[in-house]
Amino acid sequence: MTWQLYDTWVVITGALCAMACALPGAQLVLRRRSMMGDAISHVVLPGVAIAFLVTASNDPYVMLVGAVIIGVLTTLLIDLVQRAGKTEVGASMGIVFTALFALGLVLIRKAADDVHIDPHVVIYGSIELSYLDQIRLLGWEVPRGAVVNGAALLANGVLFLLFHKELKITAFDESLAASMGFRPRLVQGVLMAMTAATAVAAFETVGSILVVAMIIIPGAAAWLLTDRYGHMLLWTLLIAALSALLGHVAALIVPGWIGFEGMSTSGSMAVMAGVLFVVAWACAPQHGLIVRFHRRVLLSRRIAMEDILGLLYRYEEEAKQDAAALTVADVREALSVSHVMAALALRGVRGAKQVQFQTGGVRLTEDGRVAAQALVRTHRLWERFLWERLGLRADHIHDTADRLEHFTSEEMAQELAQLDDAGEDPHGRPIPPAGE
Amino acid sequence: MPQRDPEQPAKHALGPEHSPHSPLSIHDLTVAYDRRPVLWDVDLDVPSGKLVTVVGPNGAGKSTLLKAALGLVPKASGRIRVFGKSMKQQRSQVAYVPQRESVDWDFPISALDVVTMGRYGVLGWCRPVRRRQKEEALVALDRVGMADMAARQISQLSGGQQQRVFLARALAQDAQLFLMDEPLASVDAATEEAIIEVLRALRTEGRTVVVVHHDLQTVPDYFDHAILLNMRVVANGPVEEVFTPEALRQTYGGQLTILSEASERLARRSRVEHP
Repeated sequence: MTWQLYDTWVVITGALCAMACALPGAQLVLRRRSMMGDAISHVVLPGVAIAFLVTASNDPYVMLVGAVIIGVLTTLLIDLVQRAGKTEVGASMGIVFTALFALGLVLIRKAADDVHIDPHVVIYGSIELSYLDQIRLLGWEVPRGAVVNGAALLANGVLFLLFHKELKITAFDESLAASMGFRPRLVQGVLMAMTAATAVAAFETVGSILVVAMIIIPGAAAWLLTDRYGHMLLWTLLIAALSALLGHVAALIVPGWIGFEGMSTSGSMAVMAGVLFVVAWACAPQHGLIVRFHRRVLLSRRIAMEDILGLLYRYEEEAKQDAAALTVADVREALSVSHVMAALALRGVRGAKQVQFQTGGVRLTEDGRVAAQALVRTHRLWERFLWERLGLRADHIHDTADRLEHFTSEEMAQELAQLDDAGEDPHGRPIPPAGE
Repeated sequence: MPQRDPEQPAKHALGPEHSPHSPLSIHDLTVAYDRRPVLWDVDLDVPSGKLVTVVGPNGAGKSTLLKAALGLVPKASGRIRVFGKSMKQQRSQVAYVPQRESVDWDFPISALDVVTMGRYGVLGWCRPVRRRQKEEALVALDRVGMADMAARQISQLSGGQQQRVFLARALAQDAQLFLMDEPLASVDAATEEAIIEVLRALRTEGRTVVVVHHDLQTVPDYFDHAILLNMRVVANGPVEEVFTPEALRQTYGGQLTILSEASERLARRSRVEHP
């Protein structure tokens, strides 16, 4: 399948729409009001239908105004139901928007008899067909969907730049914002109006599924990736645009794999947004899966490396002068870790030039011996501490000391050094002197 | 909630006349949530240049008093004057520290960003933050000993550090009147000391600080002036005058044996269990 101008425009339209929705969506996510985006995008339908029934015109601006009005009304209604009905916010959203959405479906049936409004299109959208509907813009033939969604993105972008600090402070600390005169309820109302207007712009071209996905997912994914507000907004836009691109590519390629006739591009874009969310979750720099796994592996490797040093040191200490060195197999067996981890740790200590592999076995280098000595010293000081200060039995302290030796900071080691005067551990083995 | 006998006038409850110079004068304030009064006919002047505490049992309306003064909750009746003018005209003169739990600390901003918000009010609508505001915020962070935490995302700070960031934000507001809601709640001893030091410095500079506080033990050490509140003002005056067993018993509904920490805890617990 070859890429055509048509495909480029589908991606551009989808990306503009996704970015336009994602921008107010990121704010909703930050305000823990993501479902408000869902509610708003659903009530756009009755908004459009009512606007049509009242004015009997299907002028897009009338539809836009109708949707914005009902969008703002919805937020007020949700507040009202929550307070008057004493329901939690999720329930009041559910009550208000499902009822209004159903009303919209009923009304649009009535409207659809008089004029061509296809509920199917409103729900699933028709981004594939958006290319066919072109208008002239600055002398160019451009798909109307791209222009409409581009205008929505531009408007949202300008509002976000203009009210950057107002949106930030009202989302973070409503009461401080109010005490400074920043009108948090007004800002929230404007945000809801933006969301509703954006949803109307998007509906015709891409349908409600993509709108809901794009309002919530890019912002939620971006939040995982950064801990700065400005960066989060940029990531949001990037993820939204990327979902559109990957979504269309997937819609072209995947059906061939699984033997489908064709795939809804807007559905596929929403799926890709979900996939990107999972990727963000896995790759998040602070708490992501990969980072956490990596940290765990590094920690296990460090402990195994230290155990190797300790093992070799103790062996040297006990063995006769010209005894044979331990073999790699001996070391591996003594470390009670997996083969992979043992190999990683062995490579680690060799890479750090702490041990050398000679014919016949593994030996500590000078550097390795210094490090090993410090470790064994810490271990035996801990044993002394557990025995002398905590009164634990001498034959019960080795395992505890073995764990503690890996997590002993410099300061703790200095404190422990007070126990050094005896010069030996509870088993009668010498506590090696501190290195320099 | 225990009702006081309305016939018995409380000591210092009503100032004779409201002073136009008072940093905060509250006249006949009544606030109700769902028709249940939270504050009833509160009438008081906050003295200028003092460390003032508002104490009272849980649900006495302490936080609501601050919020109503700031216009954050609707009043059933009453009038608020800040240095003789309306709150709207005096916004730049007032700094507010909400309770720490009132915000989402996972919000993607740094400590410095939070403190910079203290300068937003002066900037006004649509004017962007410039380097100058960031520098002013850094100075404020430094005053609470948190300059080296400026770049930290706020959820990575300890509770005490978060409280200091909030205090720094109020300092950045450079106001004459500070309203603080439980700034000493669940902070470590070092933070408590640091915060009190900053409050004393503010007093030295002639600013007025009103603090909602929960630990009666430390009131005489920390504050000059106390407002005992339990829906109504039970007493309002210099700590040594109003901090009497009688007034405290009235405030806490007779369940409190004065300055006995054990019984205070008990009283608090019984109020939680049987509100």
